[in-house]
Amino acid sequence: MALSREEVLKAGTLSRIRLSEEDVARFASQLSDVLGYVDKLRELDTRGVEPLAHALPIHNVLRPDEPREGLTPEQALAGAPESAGDCFRVPRVIDDGTSA
Amino acid sequence: MSPTESTARQVRDAIARREASAAEVTEACLAAVDRLDPQVHAFLSVDHAGARRRAAEIDRRLAAGEPAGLLAGLPVAIKDNLCTADGQATTCASRILEGWRAPYNAHVVDRLLAEGAVIVGKTNLDEFAMGSSTENSAYGTTRNPWALDRVPGGSSGGSAAAVAARMVPAALGSDTGGSIRQPAALCGVVGVKPTYGRVSRYGLVAFASSLDQIGPIARTVGDAALLLQAAAGHDARDSTCVSQADQPLPDYLAALEEPVEGLRIGVPRQFFAEGLDPEVEAAVREALAVYERLGAKLTDVDLPHATDYAIATYYIVATSEASSNLARYDGVHYGHRSRDHADMIDMYMRSRAEGFGDEVKRRVMLGTYALSAGYYDAYYKKALQVRRLIRRDFEEAFRKVDCLMGPTSPTPAFRIGERAADPLAMYLSDIYTVSCNLAAIAGLSVPCGFTGAGLPVGLQILTDVFTEDRLLRIARMYEREVDWVSRAPALVAGGGGGAA
Amino acid sequence: MSAAELVPTIGLEVHMHLATRTKMFCACRVAYDERPNSCVCPVCLGMPGVLPVMNARAIELAVRMALALGCTIPDLAKWDRKHYYYPDLPKNYQISEYDQPLGVDGHLDVETPGGVRRIGIIRVHLEEDAGKLMHAEGGGDYSVVDLNRTGTPLLEVVSHPDMHSAEEARAYGETLRQLAVYLGVSGCNMQLGQMRFEPNISLRIGTGPDGEPRYTPIAEIKNLNSFRSVERACAYEIARHRQEYEADPAGYTLERLGKETRGWNDAEERTYLLRSKEEAHDYRYFPEPDLVPLVPDRAWVEGIRAGLPKLPGQFRKEMQEAGLPRKIIDALLQEDQIAKSWEDLVSAIRKQPQAKGWDAKRLTEIAHNWILQDVRRVLNERAIPLTELRNSHYAEEELAKLIVLVETGVINRNTGTEVFSKMIATGKSAAEIVQEGNLAQVADAGAIEALVDQAIANNPKVVQDYRGGKKASLGRLIGETMKASGGKASPQIVREILLRKLGG
Repeated sequence: MALSREEVLKAGTLSRIRLSEEDVARFASQLSDVLGYVDKLRELDTRGVEPLAHALPIHNVLRPDEPREGLTPEQALAGAPESAGDCFRVPRVIDDGTSA
Repeated sequence: MSPTESTARQVRDAIARREASAAEVTEACLAAVDRLDPQVHAFLSVDHAGARRRAAEIDRRLAAGEPAGLLAGLPVAIKDNLCTADGQATTCASRILEGWRAPYNAHVVDRLLAEGAVIVGKTNLDEFAMGSSTENSAYGTTRNPWALDRVPGGSSGGSAAAVAARMVPAALGSDTGGSIRQPAALCGVVGVKPTYGRVSRYGLVAFASSLDQIGPIARTVGDAALLLQAAAGHDARDSTCVSQADQPLPDYLAALEEPVEGLRIGVPRQFFAEGLDPEVEAAVREALAVYERLGAKLTDVDLPHATDYAIATYYIVATSEASSNLARYDGVHYGHRSRDHADMIDMYMRSRAEGFGDEVKRRVMLGTYALSAGYYDAYYKKALQVRRLIRRDFEEAFRKVDCLMGPTSPTPAFRIGERAADPLAMYLSDIYTVSCNLAAIAGLSVPCGFTGAGLPVGLQILTDVFTEDRLLRIARMYEREVDWVSRAPALVAGGGGGAA
Repeated sequence: MSAAELVPTIGLEVHMHLATRTKMFCACRVAYDERPNSCVCPVCLGMPGVLPVMNARAIELAVRMALALGCTIPDLAKWDRKHYYYPDLPKNYQISEYDQPLGVDGHLDVETPGGVRRIGIIRVHLEEDAGKLMHAEGGGDYSVVDLNRTGTPLLEVVSHPDMHSAEEARAYGETLRQLAVYLGVSGCNMQLGQMRFEPNISLRIGTGPDGEPRYTPIAEIKNLNSFRSVERACAYEIARHRQEYEADPAGYTLERLGKETRGWNDAEERTYLLRSKEEAHDYRYFPEPDLVPLVPDRAWVEGIRAGLPKLPGQFRKEMQEAGLPRKIIDALLQEDQIAKSWEDLVSAIRKQPQAKGWDAKRLTEIAHNWILQDVRRVLNERAIPLTELRNSHYAEEELAKLIVLVETGVINRNTGTEVFSKMIATGKSAAEIVQEGNLAQVADAGAIEALVDQAIANNPKVVQDYRGGKKASLGRLIGETMKASGGKASPQIVREILLRKLGG
């Protein structure tokens, strides 16, 4: 299962990781190896087998609607790479409410 | 009693009996860290001042007759993917969290502190717990105390090495595909991965949410039991953590010395197939023979999906969850942000490219790919279906036997750099350990000998969900018959870490 | 196909903030208009190592709404992660429900000029809201993020594309809002952004050769936060689709162009393209591993269903039949407890012996007058719900007795208001309070006449104004007389006497 250069670039973009040309070449072969290995799952007949998403049969873990003190703005912003007043600061975003 | 030679329980008991003060025990461990860690590099940060303060506080409590907890005064090390709000950074051995200070403690850290532990420092790991050698740390690799040119295993290599080198009596690690058990085996110590849901994950920086568990690393089974007792139990902040009502927390130490009568041991043929180092196999088979002499019955069992298929399943499930869990590291609210970027998207792309190491990048991209439109059914859904088959293999086996045994790792510690260029070869280090995480069952590694070159070998024992008390008893049965624990790396006595 | 045969097809996705005290997955307060980043914690900030835990009340409110919308509550509902990168989404994924939501297959009956239309509801589900991304103050070349809103519980209601006009879409939104407010599920305060709309609009352009309906591309308009903008955006889109289709009937179709995402520019009153089909997000949904599924206990669900109040639709019908004006109906249907209290009060008054001859219309009017004025005033003053007012001695039976005292002239209306306040404060009955305070109205014409004479004598200019044609001056004289009587005179009698004396 060989990954093309385009597919690696696409995976990088979807993962928001900038890839150099050298990265693309290197990762393409490494990822293809791994995908080739995981392809062996195709050998197994899993028709009618229910996917196991949760390790334990736990349900309905809820908490009461009781407020608790959280962090102050100073604490919340303590690790912020850039801030402006009480807000996190980021490069200007043009469109509203959708993707980045 | 010597803080760097005695077991954790002996240390704890001595402090409780006021035969030694917490302060002097902590000093001894700090001295060991200062002396040995420049060679081993198990620690990413050491909190001399904080540890001394805590130890003094424990001594004060003991002097005043106040309760000081199950671990009173015991120095411990914490893997650096567990949040600590004590002024030490929590970096997950990544540049993207360089210098990040958590504003809260992980639940297990709170538990250990409540039981009087003294946190000495944060230990090294593969970046974001992704790896089997600790070579993926952004802050340098940890060396195996038994042979400084070899890996300690991973991802909890720092914790395993710190304990093996007798810098601290006990440590916490995390295990997603073998990351406690495999380094424990390679470093000649005990490492336990509890049943999924036995220990709260709140404050464990997530790698693969449905597989991650926190567990103890120590030199003896009893010490591991002690640490597990302190750390385990329900936490309302982790929805995947089992309730006290559903699975009451047993007393792991109470019956530890009781052997399991009529023990039935399953030996999976898949764990003794191609790729297993002959010296490792010999040591493990010798351990099985010890169990037979104790009256246990060995049976061959079949776990058809537990090795190659399990690795394939693991590298889809774990990477998919990881790609999601690591999406938050984007330089916006905390962590590394790149300096020069054209716009928002560029900022994300560069910050993550700069902050993540290669292995993390590989796994994130793999996971993103597996979850992406058009591939979900073929990869992620398929993997979850095979996961159920793996679980069934174990359910089937545990109907016939009480536990499963085999080697923890197919090889002893390999040389630093030996597998770094071949990710797939590295992934196969976990071939005996990943199925346990996928099936959510309990497992541990206990030392069972050394190779001719003096490298430790670990015996892996697996039991069904929420049977850690039995698991520990089974391990103790063997440990009582042997004395691997007395042998220390040459490094500790002041010798070199001799390559072999 | 002729232009007249193009049928607008509109579906509406509505998001509303649930009326919980805390967020969906953490114990931070849900708060509005507060200092930025002051209602946050490691969980909603998406810090390393944190885990979500479900808010029980949010689940309860969601089930309540789903049941009121006639939905089926399935045996299992599960959480999923929806991935996209945005600075107001700290984890860069939103926890939502993808393929197994909390409620499915419901409907909402909507009154439109053309009659009552039943709009189908595909699903109801829960998710967490994101934070707020804003432009820098003072026009700096950067943006800022406030995460207070992150994690606020959102209920999403997705309708079938059953609406065929902008007006219908608006009516649906308004009816949904009323139901949510009525049930106490959401305050739906538009100013606070507690309700947001995303219409999906296309035109049906006839049937294809296979007998299946064909459509223009579906336009999803993001983040509208007023009914006005919903109506206008839908109207704009319908016209725009028409234009585009007429210009290119072969190409402007759903098959060719798929679904696009658009924004609404309120100032310029037009939509604009945000994302075409090709740029659509790949959300990479997968089951949320940090949360366990919801398996609603059947008895618990039935308990909520049994506890549902009479729904606004039903009440509205009954109130209309009772002749209540629309404004009054809307006011009574603000909250299920208020509507019920009105209903109970009408029954309670009816049971009073003195009310035997009163006609139905009078009864219902008096009842809503007292509920909307006196009861609501006390509720607003104390900022409490009606259920809590009952702890302070509010009971419809007691209010009914007070009402009888007023209607039979024992005390006047203003005094009645005072007495009501005292009843709430002390728990005493109306009769006791009137007795103790000697509040009975003075109806003795002789005594009142004396006071009227006094008022006339003391206010010659006002009398002159009245005689000069200023009718409003009468009110002033009534007021003066009432004041002189300590508020106890019967205002009707005062008026009669004044009119008689002033000769007009």
